[in-house]
Amino acid sequence: MKEMGIRFILMVNKQGQTRLAQYYEWLTLEERRALEGEIVRKCLARNEQQCSFVEHRNYKIVYRRYASLFFLVGVENDENELAILEFIHLLVETMDRHFGNVCELDIMFHLEKAHFMLEEMVMNGSIVETSKANILSPIQLMEKAS
Amino acid sequence: MTMHGMRGLSVFISDVRNCQNKDQERLRIDKELGNVRNRFKNEKGLTPYEKKKYVWKMLYIYMLGYDVDFGHMKAVSLISAPKYPEKQVGYIVTSCLLNENHDFLRLAINTVRNDIIGRNETFQCLALTMVGNIGGREFAESLAPDVQKLLLSSSCRPLVRKKAALCLLRLYRKNPDIVNVDGWADRMAQLLDERDLGVLTSSMSLLVALVSNNHEAYWSCLPKCVKILERLARNQDVPQEYTYYGIPSPWLQVKTMRVLQYFPTIEDPYTRRTLFEVLQRILMGTDVVKNVNKNNASHAVLFEALALVMHLDAEKEMMSQCVALLGKFIAVREPNIRYLGLENMTRMLMVTDVQEIIKRHQAQIITSLKDPDVSIRRRALDLLYGMCDVTNAKDIVEELLQYLSSADFTMREELSLKAAILAEKFAPDLSWYVDVILQLIDKAGDFISDDIWFRVVQFVTNNDDLQTYAAAKVKEYLDKPAVHETMVKVSAYILGEYSHLLARRPGCSPKEIFSLLHEKLPTVSTTTIPILLSAYAKILMHIHPPDQELQSQIWAIFNKYESCIDAEIQQRAVEYLALCQRGAPLMDILAEMPKFPERKSSLIKRAEYSEADTAEQSAIKLRSQQQTSNALVVTDQHPANGATSPISVGELSLVKVPSMITSENDTSTDLSQQNGALSNVDTQPPSADLLSDILGPLAIEGPPGATVQSEHNAISGLEGGSDAVDGSAIVPVEEQTNTVQPIGNVAERFHALCLKDSGVLYEDPYIQIGIKAEWRGHHGRLVLFLGNKNTAPVVSVQAIILTPAHLKMELSLVPDTIPPRAQVQCPLEVVNLRPSRDVAVLDFSYKFGTNMVNVKLRLPAVLNKFLQPIQVTAEEFFSQWRSLSGPPLKLQEVVRGVKPMPLPEMANLLNSFRIMICPGLDPNPNNLVASTTFYSESMRAILCLVRIETDPADRTQLRMTLASGDPTLTFELKEFIKEQLISIPTAPREAAPAPAAAQPTPQIPPNDPAAILAGLLS
Repeated sequence: MKEMGIRFILMVNKQGQTRLAQYYEWLTLEERRALEGEIVRKCLARNEQQCSFVEHRNYKIVYRRYASLFFLVGVENDENELAILEFIHLLVETMDRHFGNVCELDIMFHLEKAHFMLEEMVMNGSIVETSKANILSPIQLMEKAS
Repeated sequence: MTMHGMRGLSVFISDVRNCQNKDQERLRIDKELGNVRNRFKNEKGLTPYEKKKYVWKMLYIYMLGYDVDFGHMKAVSLISAPKYPEKQVGYIVTSCLLNENHDFLRLAINTVRNDIIGRNETFQCLALTMVGNIGGREFAESLAPDVQKLLLSSSCRPLVRKKAALCLLRLYRKNPDIVNVDGWADRMAQLLDERDLGVLTSSMSLLVALVSNNHEAYWSCLPKCVKILERLARNQDVPQEYTYYGIPSPWLQVKTMRVLQYFPTIEDPYTRRTLFEVLQRILMGTDVVKNVNKNNASHAVLFEALALVMHLDAEKEMMSQCVALLGKFIAVREPNIRYLGLENMTRMLMVTDVQEIIKRHQAQIITSLKDPDVSIRRRALDLLYGMCDVTNAKDIVEELLQYLSSADFTMREELSLKAAILAEKFAPDLSWYVDVILQLIDKAGDFISDDIWFRVVQFVTNNDDLQTYAAAKVKEYLDKPAVHETMVKVSAYILGEYSHLLARRPGCSPKEIFSLLHEKLPTVSTTTIPILLSAYAKILMHIHPPDQELQSQIWAIFNKYESCIDAEIQQRAVEYLALCQRGAPLMDILAEMPKFPERKSSLIKRAEYSEADTAEQSAIKLRSQQQTSNALVVTDQHPANGATSPISVGELSLVKVPSMITSENDTSTDLSQQNGALSNVDTQPPSADLLSDILGPLAIEGPPGATVQSEHNAISGLEGGSDAVDGSAIVPVEEQTNTVQPIGNVAERFHALCLKDSGVLYEDPYIQIGIKAEWRGHHGRLVLFLGNKNTAPVVSVQAIILTPAHLKMELSLVPDTIPPRAQVQCPLEVVNLRPSRDVAVLDFSYKFGTNMVNVKLRLPAVLNKFLQPIQVTAEEFFSQWRSLSGPPLKLQEVVRGVKPMPLPEMANLLNSFRIMICPGLDPNPNNLVASTTFYSESMRAILCLVRIETDPADRTQLRMTLASGDPTLTFELKEFIKEQLISIPTAPREAAPAPAAAQPTPQIPPNDPAAILAGLLS
């Protein structure tokens, strides 16, 4: 598939527990488990002095660590790595704007909200929206309504 | 609401979190699954809120990696809920849990459609998102028009339209025909006038997919993309919400530049100038700043700009600017930038002119090979591999060898494969090559595949002056205390064949060699023992006069293995023993192995295939396809030739039949007979596929079983096809009726294929023609891969070969129809009769829809394909050179207007045409001396000698002398080399038909239609 872009987004904590997983290509549960195991092992072993890109099988992981939480994004080999790296940061800033000082627990206990936000930002592996106000407006609308 | 409202969910999550171990977690989850299952059974009592809560629990459990095999229907049914919160959960969870082939999804299609065409914006968004994520073909068929309408509707708000754009992208991937309608390109162009950056971002992703498939239809979008890029780069009219650390949406900038990389070039001078101004600004204006995010974002844009500049093959000055930037990047502290610098330098190697500048950074790149970060080391390895050529091979390979001992295990295999390939490709002399491979085996034996040692055996066997050296070298390694098994294999083979050449050296008597080998036997596995046994038999044979003691010792070993459980070992033991006891026949059968047929290194093949495996269709890749890809070549062609099966050869791989002994020149027929004869001694399959690569079937002997040779085949250009087809009449008429434009430059593709043996010959929106060729002596076997890229069949396919007089060509049956997305393979046999530079042409036509397409393509069955490089010694060269005293066998010419290039580059060029540079023969460092053999049916092999004298003060002229035993060959080869030196195939853009026809086409024999065609096409 050409220009598939983002294949998956994972949020994993320091202990390797998955806090959020969103795939944009269909993998069976076994494949997911294997993949998450492999890349988490690879990425979590790296230190701060190493670069944010890891090659895995025939694609690339762009990752970033925030406190105890790792954000791992699987992309095609020819994806623009730095753009993805900053997209991760945009996601974190967006969550921060909503939760205020976002932390692992926010994502864990508000799984649905994290999913809503992600849905507003990425669709089928492509970026839909990068304006934080636009990303958050449906959620705010919903909260007002309830 | 959520905290309180879904308290049950929070409690469950925190319960799971508090589990002490995996077992506890499993228990808690099983309990919950039971609970949810029960609640779902009794549906009546469930409130919508409860449904919602349970569905989220399911998703959470699934996310933790536990199978949730029920309740999917519940998730889907929530889609039809009237209220937003339930509907939303239904849509989101459905797209997480189900895939496009799930039956339940079909049940929802009507609800989804109603949401899409309904008035409720938020429902529209939910439905579009789900279809965009998991919609399949059925959705594409029933929803595409509605989604298109939303995307283009002026009454729709951006929040709906941006989702419609990506939803359409999904549907388009499922069924490309949904946007293949008249006027769609114009609407896409209109869409680019959009001011809302969210809609633009999504639309740009859609455009990338459309353009990558067929850029021709979307030319009108190009200037608009440049305009968008300009608007962003100058920060004009960009809302604050879309600037990221002061940079106007870096993601949209990157995407826009990505679109531009799918257009082969930019014709319009105004647009081009505008774009280059923007790119120049980005290249020069991106500074390193303290803020990490800002820095990353601006460099994301910068790297994309670099890729675009490379793609557009900008002016030299801008290119060297790019290399300079990258050179700076690979030395910075920031690891991300270092990584990307190396990665992009590797991509840059595809651009021909910059290799020399990149070489200036070699030292820094080698340093990166020792970087603490494995990601960076990998990039450095790839780059070194890509930039290696004859001038720096020694340095680079030795660095790789040195690094091998300390490299991490995950990299060792790749590292050693690459080192082996480079050593083979660019060896300044063969003894160095042997040294490198033996060092590789010594240092990283576990990572050395059989291919690697097979190859070194092939080289040693084929080069007489290498044999003594190799034998002495392997003996040195065997003397070491710990020897890797692969080393035992290669040593046993080489010492078996050639240790008699060392017999006079101290410690190298047959007896000593035997005990050196034999002491390894207890340590090796069953795959190595047969090789040792063969070596013993050969050692025994070489002893004159016979040594009784050694003989009985070896016979005893054979005796012992006669009852071995391993069939291969047993068979060899039995046969060798029987042969030895007969005496005389042993001499014949165990005589030295004949030379191997020259063929493409299986290592290099392997490397190419692994490249093809991961080849994704990126802009850069598309561009580089002319150089490296095997896009259509999916399978390794093993001809189904019953006469020479690899199995039967493998068994007796170390002996040869008596008939070979009298045969001095080992031609392909001799060898295949030999193999054929051997296969009659067939017994049972061997235990391992030992040596099957070394002695595998010659790829081109005989026609493959599949070849249909129909006499009545009207469409295949059988022998004499040039008579049957009046080629000159077709050209001018047909050429104008073509409305389908080729993708990529046809001439460039042809030139690339003249240098390599597989790749794409031709491509347009409907069809792709790939070629894979194998050459051996005066024979060639090409396989045409005709691939239909579409979902509808291609019909009325015709392929006619216009054969020039000096070739014999036979094309197998070409089917009339190629089914959708299918690929057919058509073998084409070629025999070279005599030297000529004329070119064969494939006249190819087909019908797709209403398009009748006809193209004439030059086939890369060119002169240099019938050359075989040969290394000659100084004595051989000079005696031959002197004996060919003057015209017409030896011709000299001063060539002017040569494309200036450094001497090593010229040497590379000649090597790439299989004319082998013989270093050191000419004392003058400004001269090149080279040799090659030319194969044709009429003359068999003829040695050709070349000398080129260059003038360091004026690189545009040189004096060239050609000598061979045949006057026509001397002339043709001289002209051929001259053509390459004067105009290096930088492939001019396809000229318009008129000026092309007007170009002088010299020396076309008036009666050869193929030659006339070829002349017109060049």
